[in-house]
Amino acid sequence: MSDKTVNEGIKDKVAIVGVGCCKFGENWHQGPEDMIVEAAYEAYEDAGLDNPQEQIEAVFCGSVYPSRGTAEVAESLKLFDRPVSLTQNYCATGTDAFRYGVAAVAAGMHDTVLVVGFDKPKDRGVSGPSIHMNTARGLPMTPAGWFSLCCARYFETYGAGREELAKIAVKNHHNGTLAPKSMLKKEITTDDVMKARMISWPFTLYDCAAQSDGAAAAIITRKNLAKSFRRDDPVYVKGISIALSANPQTDPTFDFLAWKPTIAAAKDVYKQAGISDPAKEIHLAQVHDCFTMTELLTYEDLGFIEKGSAKEHIESGTFELDGELPVNTDGGLKTFGHPTGATGVRMIYENVLQLQGRAEGRQVKNATMAISHNLGGAPQTCALALLGME
Amino acid sequence: MSQVGISAYGCYIPSTRLPLAMIHGGRAKEGGPEKAVAGFDEDAITMAVTAAADCLVGVDREGISGLYFASTTSPFREKQAAAFVAKALDLPVAIETIDFAGTLRAAAGALKAAVNAVTADTTKQILVVAADSRLAPPRSMIESNFGDAAAAFLVSAHKPIAVIESSYAVADEIYDVWRSEHDDYIKSWEDRFNVMHGYTDNMLAAGKGLLEKSGGAASDYAKAVLYGPDARSIGGIVKGLGFDREQCQDAMFGRVGNCGTAFTPLLLVAALESSAVDEKLFVVFYGDGAEALSVKVTEAIADFKPHHTIAWYLERGKALRSYDSYLKSRHLDASEHDRRAGDGVPATVHYRERDIDVSFLAQRCTECGTVHFPACRVCYGCYAKDKFENVRLSDLKGRVMSFSFDYFFPSPEPPLIVGMCEVENGARVYLQMTDATQDMLRCDLPVEFVFRKIHDVGKKPNYFWKSRPLVEENANEEAAA
Repeated sequence: MSDKTVNEGIKDKVAIVGVGCCKFGENWHQGPEDMIVEAAYEAYEDAGLDNPQEQIEAVFCGSVYPSRGTAEVAESLKLFDRPVSLTQNYCATGTDAFRYGVAAVAAGMHDTVLVVGFDKPKDRGVSGPSIHMNTARGLPMTPAGWFSLCCARYFETYGAGREELAKIAVKNHHNGTLAPKSMLKKEITTDDVMKARMISWPFTLYDCAAQSDGAAAAIITRKNLAKSFRRDDPVYVKGISIALSANPQTDPTFDFLAWKPTIAAAKDVYKQAGISDPAKEIHLAQVHDCFTMTELLTYEDLGFIEKGSAKEHIESGTFELDGELPVNTDGGLKTFGHPTGATGVRMIYENVLQLQGRAEGRQVKNATMAISHNLGGAPQTCALALLGME
Repeated sequence: MSQVGISAYGCYIPSTRLPLAMIHGGRAKEGGPEKAVAGFDEDAITMAVTAAADCLVGVDREGISGLYFASTTSPFREKQAAAFVAKALDLPVAIETIDFAGTLRAAAGALKAAVNAVTADTTKQILVVAADSRLAPPRSMIESNFGDAAAAFLVSAHKPIAVIESSYAVADEIYDVWRSEHDDYIKSWEDRFNVMHGYTDNMLAAGKGLLEKSGGAASDYAKAVLYGPDARSIGGIVKGLGFDREQCQDAMFGRVGNCGTAFTPLLLVAALESSAVDEKLFVVFYGDGAEALSVKVTEAIADFKPHHTIAWYLERGKALRSYDSYLKSRHLDASEHDRRAGDGVPATVHYRERDIDVSFLAQRCTECGTVHFPACRVCYGCYAKDKFENVRLSDLKGRVMSFSFDYFFPSPEPPLIVGMCEVENGARVYLQMTDATQDMLRCDLPVEFVFRKIHDVGKKPNYFWKSRPLVEENANEEAAA
């Protein structure tokens, strides 16, 4: 794609003034309505909205398995007679819903809007993904099978292996113990990961994100209204992007060493925000650890480290909570699970808490710039949201 | 007038082996008797495609004008298997396809019909393929003798390596081995009756009839290629027709087994592999009667080299883990979920995508040369719209770009090996891998492509291609060629 020549960019035009997130997990006792209400009302409270019926002008929803479309959110929150839209964009759904909201506010269509990401996969009766046998080509159509395809060639080329992947899972499990709303709160060891049941080589059970139910919400507004809400430290959108690249299974030039959509989206978002040295200018990241290898490649694809150097950085702890660039400070998809539409918004929730110094035991010090990353499809699509302080 | 006969042959023996000891709960002994069984992703159609592809190496497929498929185990009661095999081989649409079915002797009819058709019009080239994967009742007496395999012959007037000089057939009405509309398994009457009045009476009648008709004697023949329900019974025919035991083509019991319609064809392939110019073969097919052929090997045999020999296939056997694995591969296990439940591939999708899924055609952009799989409308390389020509991938080689072992997909033999492959023309194909073990996998592993059944959802076979590791010696041959 050619570089945009006329692009004012989104930097500092839109602020997040409230965030909310329900507890993620196998929420057998909750329907989508319960989770949406919990997340949205927490965001209302966070923003100090006393009259959401008047203050929320539009709703942007993200869900991959909605049973009732936009009504799922509108009926839950009784937000009627205003724009309510639903987006679906693979695992980047939540961040993409947020992007639509940001664009609508930046364009001046609305002053204040609500973004809700949610999904309820645990009503399907299976613990993993569903396999659709309505094709003979392209099977096994499992996420683990798609994402694991990058491992063999990367391992052979750069020398990383299952042990490095295991360390990512161990890190995220540790961080998850410090996040009140995570599903899994259990420390694990590399040995636990290596000896667990194999799902799709080289991924064992612990290399894979679990499926869970969840919802998360954010309230966004125009910059000049940002300080009229409850808090005086609003978080600003510095850049937001989504890029869809060719399917790795059909792309004639794919090298199985990096994910193209992450590289494309990062280039765009860094340009919007004027970032030239992401490793220094970004202080923490929530990345899409659907599988441990996805997180490993993302370190490199986001430009945090040199291509091929993930092994040494994993060994030295660069991305741990007390490292130079903490990644998945709340435990990531690994411990929250991955209710697809909710995940991107949940990451924004965590980054807002971190930037505002509200992340308690997992707080990263002096963080003023944070990025969140989703990677979805086979994988084909990457969404990035770069947030920062004034 | 030019001679008409077999101008090329190929065969296929599945790599999956069931050690006979396992059938009754015993342990497999190294080197012990076994039989070849179609893997969970194979059936008569896939085996036929693989044998036929072997036979067609170096042959221009555009010149093929007929495909005759002989089998008692077509996966379809109504729907032609020959047309399916022809489509998988990417043969021309203007082609005669016929299924020869219903009897173990079907391959004799197919071969004779092909010879007659080509004799009538010597521009024709007809592919005759026999394949069978017969289901014996589990743990029955006959199960140990059954095996699965396929063989293919190209019949043409172009430098035949073997010609049929004469033939003699007898028809018989007898219930010795049969399977009716409602039977899942082969039924058979008492063994001694079957051998005496079914097998021996008919084999001798056809064999003696041919010798009498042609005025020849057993000693005129280099080899006797004889169908047999078991190893012992063949001995009676050898003796009864006046052959020496040394003349009898080894029937491979204990390694392959009686592969039904494909049995005599497979033994004929074995005989041709070791035949010399001007030698004669005495070939007898059995089933509801019998048919004997007198086959003469020509000087063209000296120039013919099979793509894969029977020995090549025999060396590449891999024993099943257990008898349960075999039962599972045939959907005979008790399982929580019926792996055939559901609708499978919609007929309309199959219709639209059969060039891709069955013929394994990719597209080359005529503007920039980028090769795409599956077909698309706009080029990945130069964005040209609808500027493509078809290219067949099935007879090309490739290499593994990356791979994984999937334990989650409901495969009868987990893990499923999955490889992203790059074909030698640049096409990228995401395929399951077959006839491979995890320890063989590495990036850049050379592979070839085989037609396989992916699943039976919708209670019908749903086929696509898989990659198979290319055995190194073969890769070297390719390089040398």
